[in-house]
Amino acid sequence: MSLSTTDVKRIAHLARIEISDTEAEATLQKLTGILGLIEQMQAVDTTGITPMSHSQDVTQRLREDVVTKTNQREEFQKIAPATENGLYLVPKVIE
Amino acid sequence: MINSSLKQLGAMLASKQISSVEMTQEFLDRIAQHNAELNAYITVDAEKSLAQAVAADQRIANGTAEPLTGIPIAQKDIFVAKGWKTTCGSRMLENFIGPYDASVIERFDAAGAVNLGKTNMDEFAMGSSNETSYFGGVKNPWDRSRVPGGSSGGSAAAVAARLCAAATGTDTGGSIRQPASLCGFSGLKPTYGLVSRYGMIAFASSLDQAGPMAKSCEDMALMMNVMTGFDERDSTSLQRDKEDYTRDLAKHESSDRPLAGLKVGQPREFFAEGLDATVAKVVQDAIEQYRKLGAEIVDISLPNTKLSIPVYYVLAPAEASSNLSRYDGVRYGHRAAQYTDLMDMYCKTRAEGFGAEVKRRILIGTYVLSAGYYDAYYLKAQQIRRLIAQDFEQAFKQCDIIMGPTAPGTAFRAGEKTNDPVAMYLEDLYTIAVNLAGLPGMSIPAGFAEVEGKNLPVGLQVIGNYFDEARMLNVGHAYQQVTDWHTRMPEGIA
Repeated sequence: MSLSTTDVKRIAHLARIEISDTEAEATLQKLTGILGLIEQMQAVDTTGITPMSHSQDVTQRLREDVVTKTNQREEFQKIAPATENGLYLVPKVIE
Repeated sequence: MINSSLKQLGAMLASKQISSVEMTQEFLDRIAQHNAELNAYITVDAEKSLAQAVAADQRIANGTAEPLTGIPIAQKDIFVAKGWKTTCGSRMLENFIGPYDASVIERFDAAGAVNLGKTNMDEFAMGSSNETSYFGGVKNPWDRSRVPGGSSGGSAAAVAARLCAAATGTDTGGSIRQPASLCGFSGLKPTYGLVSRYGMIAFASSLDQAGPMAKSCEDMALMMNVMTGFDERDSTSLQRDKEDYTRDLAKHESSDRPLAGLKVGQPREFFAEGLDATVAKVVQDAIEQYRKLGAEIVDISLPNTKLSIPVYYVLAPAEASSNLSRYDGVRYGHRAAQYTDLMDMYCKTRAEGFGAEVKRRILIGTYVLSAGYYDAYYLKAQQIRRLIAQDFEQAFKQCDIIMGPTAPGTAFRAGEKTNDPVAMYLEDLYTIAVNLAGLPGMSIPAGFAEVEGKNLPVGLQVIGNYFDEARMLNVGHAYQQVTDWHTRMPEGIA
């Protein structure tokens, strides 16, 4: 699978990372090298092998449906780029 | 004092030979003296550290001290610590002050240890040389033109240069073990799930694991006693009885064949093409030493070793692209100064906040998870991950423990591999498979290789079966009883 700069820019957009034409060009070269490395996987026959997502066979724990966290809004919002009246501020999205 | 073990430091504190405040101040002075050159620490806060030392001295005075009470430990800057700047080596979190404590931080605090500062690291733990840090590279104390390894490079330089009594690290593909090898000390990545990931900034959640970085296996056992344990705030934390990792250290200590009956597997794939000849020699000599200690060496095969790198560079970036989507400039971290709308704010914030390697990995991860490619990449990688884990399962039918090199070479020069990501990725050839399988692995100092007139440290990797850390530490300790590699210090740091 070979990539083009158009692909790189599309992926960058999906990842929400601004990328200039020159950066896309340089990135393409590096990504092609990495994808070449990854390509080695395709030679392996994996028919019937169960994918492994976790090393231990554990199931998701459940807990009692009770309040466990205290409200720390002020503490957490102190480090936010922009807040007002306890809300996070972002650029206007509805005209 | 700087070369004393944690046990010795604890005894010095208990006998009032030195107070924790004095000990902490001595390490702070050492940091002041050496950090400008080594760049091992991103944040030092003497006031905070000394306040903890005062509290520790009170505990020592009133008889409630634990083994690590009063001992100054450096924390990798990946652990969120309340009131401490926590950057994860990134511009994105340059001004992020931790609003809570990570589980690892809480546990060291509860044990009375002193947080000596936050150590430098590759950005979001992505790198094998510490060169991707937004806060600059770290110098290897053994040769300052060389890298300390990564991603826990700051902790590595701090331990090697004795700028702390011990440190913490995290290991997703080798980030504790490879720097331990390159800087000549002991580092352990525990079984996945033993140490809580709560408050440890996520890179690849199914692989990330925190562990100790210290001078000796004995020191690491004491740290494991503090770090491990069930935590309901980490969904992958394992519910197990608390273990005492020091319990096997004294086993057969008086015997001259303390490891009689131990079967050590030597994977032939770890000694094949790609391994530096001088490193191979040091590792073989270390394994020979194990034979003298009574171990039986058996030839084993881990046939899918080579595939661990491609598999890792699908799974880790995929998980990273998802984990790092949280950095959007809304709730915390960097936000671009200029933007036209919300989309533009996201894109500019992330373009400015992340460095080149992090962006590359996010892009790879986004690509392999994008529509139409999931089966060919992510699912395929998870299937091969099982084959890699099965290799180890087979191997552990023939042996108790596995030994080989930690890294394919010694410390390389700064800048040598920065333009070739694939060459950098091969640094982790022998360590990644251990993360994929979720097994415990450690690196211990095994000697030195002469490179261009300088002696550079070489590590021996010891891989155990699941939950076999106590035995691994015993095996490492037995070697450290008859060798002194782990007590050697680089020149110019006294």
